[in-house]
Amino acid sequence: MANPLSPNWIRRLRWSAPILAAPLAGCNWVVMNPSGDIAVQQRDLILISVALMLLIVIPVMAMVVWFAVRYRATNDAVDKDYDPDWDHSTKLELLIWSAPLLIIIALGAVTWVSTHKLDPYRPLDRIDSTTAIDPKVKPLTVEVVALDWKWLFIYPELGIATVNELALPTNVPVRFDITASTVMNSFYVPELAGQIYAMPGMKTQLHAVANKPVSSTGFSANFSGAGFTHMRFGYKTMDRAGFDAWVAKVKASQTPLDRAAYLTLAKPTEKAPVAYYGTSEAKLFDAVVNMCVKPGQRCMNELMHIDQMGGAGKESAKETEGLKYDLPNSHSIEQSDVNNGQETAPDAPGAASADHTSPSGADAHAQHR
Amino acid sequence: MTGTLTTTQMIFGRLTWDAFPWHEPIVVATFCGVMLGGAALVAALTYFKLWGYLWNEWFTSVDHKKIGIMYMVLGLIMFLRGFADAIMMRGQQAMAFNGNEGYLNAHHYDQVFTAHGVIMIFFVAMPFVTGLMNYIVPLQIGARDVSFPFLNNFSFWMTAGGAVLVMASLFLGEFAQTGWLAYPPLSGLAYSPATGVDYYIWSLQVAGVGTTLSGINLLATIIKMRAPGMSLMKMPVFTWTSLCTNVLIVASFPILTATLVLLSLDRYAGTNFFTNDFGGNPMMYVNLIWIWGHPEVYILILPLFGVFSEVVSTFCGKRLFGYTSMVYATCTIMVLSYLVWLHHFFTMGSGASVNSFFGITTMIISIPTGAKLFNWLFTMYRGKIRYELPMMWAVAFMLTFTIGGMTGVMLAVPPADFVLHNSLFLIAHFHNVIIGGVLFGLFAAINYWWPKAFGFKLNQFWGHVSFWCWQIGFWLAFTPLYIMGLMGVTRRMRVFDDPSLQKWFIIAAIGAVIIAAGIGAMLVQFAVSIWKRDEYKVEGDPWDGRTLEWATSSPPPEYNFAFTPVIYDADSWADMKKHGYQRPLSGYEAIHMPSGTGTGVILAGLATLCGFALIWYIWWLAGLSFLGMVGFAIFHTFNYKRDYYIPADVVTRTEEERTRILAAGV
Repeated sequence: MANPLSPNWIRRLRWSAPILAAPLAGCNWVVMNPSGDIAVQQRDLILISVALMLLIVIPVMAMVVWFAVRYRATNDAVDKDYDPDWDHSTKLELLIWSAPLLIIIALGAVTWVSTHKLDPYRPLDRIDSTTAIDPKVKPLTVEVVALDWKWLFIYPELGIATVNELALPTNVPVRFDITASTVMNSFYVPELAGQIYAMPGMKTQLHAVANKPVSSTGFSANFSGAGFTHMRFGYKTMDRAGFDAWVAKVKASQTPLDRAAYLTLAKPTEKAPVAYYGTSEAKLFDAVVNMCVKPGQRCMNELMHIDQMGGAGKESAKETEGLKYDLPNSHSIEQSDVNNGQETAPDAPGAASADHTSPSGADAHAQHR
Repeated sequence: MTGTLTTTQMIFGRLTWDAFPWHEPIVVATFCGVMLGGAALVAALTYFKLWGYLWNEWFTSVDHKKIGIMYMVLGLIMFLRGFADAIMMRGQQAMAFNGNEGYLNAHHYDQVFTAHGVIMIFFVAMPFVTGLMNYIVPLQIGARDVSFPFLNNFSFWMTAGGAVLVMASLFLGEFAQTGWLAYPPLSGLAYSPATGVDYYIWSLQVAGVGTTLSGINLLATIIKMRAPGMSLMKMPVFTWTSLCTNVLIVASFPILTATLVLLSLDRYAGTNFFTNDFGGNPMMYVNLIWIWGHPEVYILILPLFGVFSEVVSTFCGKRLFGYTSMVYATCTIMVLSYLVWLHHFFTMGSGASVNSFFGITTMIISIPTGAKLFNWLFTMYRGKIRYELPMMWAVAFMLTFTIGGMTGVMLAVPPADFVLHNSLFLIAHFHNVIIGGVLFGLFAAINYWWPKAFGFKLNQFWGHVSFWCWQIGFWLAFTPLYIMGLMGVTRRMRVFDDPSLQKWFIIAAIGAVIIAAGIGAMLVQFAVSIWKRDEYKVEGDPWDGRTLEWATSSPPPEYNFAFTPVIYDADSWADMKKHGYQRPLSGYEAIHMPSGTGTGVILAGLATLCGFALIWYIWWLAGLSFLGMVGFAIFHTFNYKRDYYIPADVVTRTEEERTRILAAGV
């Protein structure tokens, strides 16, 4: 894998990853060998910090072993060295405080710079280590919603959306806007870039770029309930032509993603199959972030605005219905199972949602297996 | 929770026959086992007429030594439970490949990993550490008990009460399925409507009261009850680290309590601190819980740093190198531990400057920690190292903990954390420091101070077996987790898609089995040693110790010291021995001691009942037990039989018996 233009010595260090991996052939150390430029830089940081720390860790561990063997009581040679009252040496004290300090100063500097450079909110300035970004190129926006328990990807500029499949063109900067519908998840594609949390009512961001065509997976890296373990999505990167073909394929789908479709989709399911939406309603993501997709719910940004302007007066205390976003038992597939401690049966025939607060009591959402 | 309540609901709240997990064969089998074992234990205690002895000599005792031992027993019992959870997870993850769902469904598995974390931190590590401090600190500072002996007993029973609630969740209802820190909104009422999170809240609240009070108690003890001459800079290092730990407890546990109060208000009273509803802020919870949570890990590790200092110095037959810098390192860690909490959620979208700040403060902690390691290293230098079991654990700790520290600093670099956060790499890291630091330290401490507590040494052979099983088992169990973390495998997964991962999980499971053998060997070690206790009998100072606890007989008399010693040096007992200290042989006086009381058991029992009632919405019982608690506490203030004198002739007899044994030994 070619990721030139890290400092030379890092490039040399990089050899250690495959060497370490040699006995483990067949395994994919994706964190150590990713294909997206951001993840590559994050991997480099791991290597740099390990190298810096080994400077002190190796001597310390060697000394522990050496002293432990050398000064054992059964070694006859220790008697002449034995000094039970020796407990201070200013020079040594200086050394043992300053050696770690120097390493931490170096590592701290690396941390400060890299944390700013790799800040997920910061727009990219390079495609990879050799290519700067053409300022005319606008990043592709992908809006990510972590649902129970699947991922929704909306491509607002393309007007399409997918479930559990994320496709990206290579060498195009991408901006992810990330949120969640009910509980916290973490959006993580090891091939592409480090993770960022997906949280309800909040929007986080991640800038990244894919550099090679790969087919891999992404997943939630933060436990989010019963269906968490299956919360995986396909991650595919392809060249421009391939991506355009993929977009055309999604667009061919007749299913639109409007608010009603979103609300159905948002009901808890496990192992949801990949789904394509040929069109997606504009501003849907904003409504998700502000938790007001459902008719009658009030948008959080609107409320924040009212609060900022000094509130809506006493009479507004009565208008609370639209402010409830956490619906009772909204996190289980089959309500009858919640209280008696049974596994939520993922393949129960006709598992009907018993969500008694939803307007239609019969919106069964069949399980996909 | 509908409008009309039936009579049954009034009486039993939401507790019904269905609360017992009839359909979980694993739980039913465990339940039968526990019931049979419990019945056998009760029968044995009754047959041998031990109830009176247990009640009078142990349960109601305010002797810090007995309370310390009870804490250790509690920690050990809960350790077996927590480890059973670990084995279940390892088994599940080793199996669940290629479409195999494993043997645990999501509902059960999610409880298992939550319970494992909660139990290991709150009901294993905390009782072990508190028990150790309870036993050793008063002896090391030349005191006869802690500052508030009754409070000490009460604290223990509150901790035990919390443990009872966690155990009850196994058979009645369910435990939380949220992960050990129960992040909202998942832990909110909407997403966790059943009893799980309520068990979590109330077991931690009940135990948390115990921990906070015990922290206050030991803090006051160390500040106020040191023997004459023991200035702060002449305190043994273990006492120093205990002091810092108790400062951390007193300053951080109230935050946990407050956070859980807010969460329970959300769940019980319909408030919206952490909900999505009404503009609640779940991230506030994450901040608050980690403001407690990060100091917590130092609460656990600092006393063990003290243990290693004592052990290394004793078995090298040398003064500790750099006592002063050790003390300053400990205090630095104590302060810095409050400035790093955000490193647990770099990935929640903080800005780059905030992340850098917390990343760098985290790294700075490695400087005093590194200094400590060097200090132990140079204590070994020019020493004469006797490889008794405690010293073996100490060397193993130095090697293991260094690796764990290194991976910890890797995680402190925010962009690196973005790829490692919540991965198995993280899991491997904190087990590396908690097992390699806290547990190894506890094993060193148990082997080191057991002769002090019981008057006989532990069996060496089984100690060695346990030691090597732990070393091999640990690396076998956790190296695969480090590796899989670098493969992008995340934590809390129940089933896996990628079949190439299975071999790593199998290796990890084998490691866990070897650790199980290590635990088994340790239990055998205890049993064999107790069985042959006459053979392993020792006098007060079997290791050529350096601190004051070794000046007493083993086990120490109830009053610890017939005469309060005068201190001239940090290694006070070594100093006394060097200057030809003579034990005073006459002039004994009556000793003023606190009386035992059953109030601690009763209050903690009522608190546990109150917690149970709140979990099951049995409101009348909750109210009644709360009133009972308040009433009984008031009643206790009228108990004037709170102290007594050990008559001078009893002291004389005890001390003369020791004089005779010492003379016979020479």
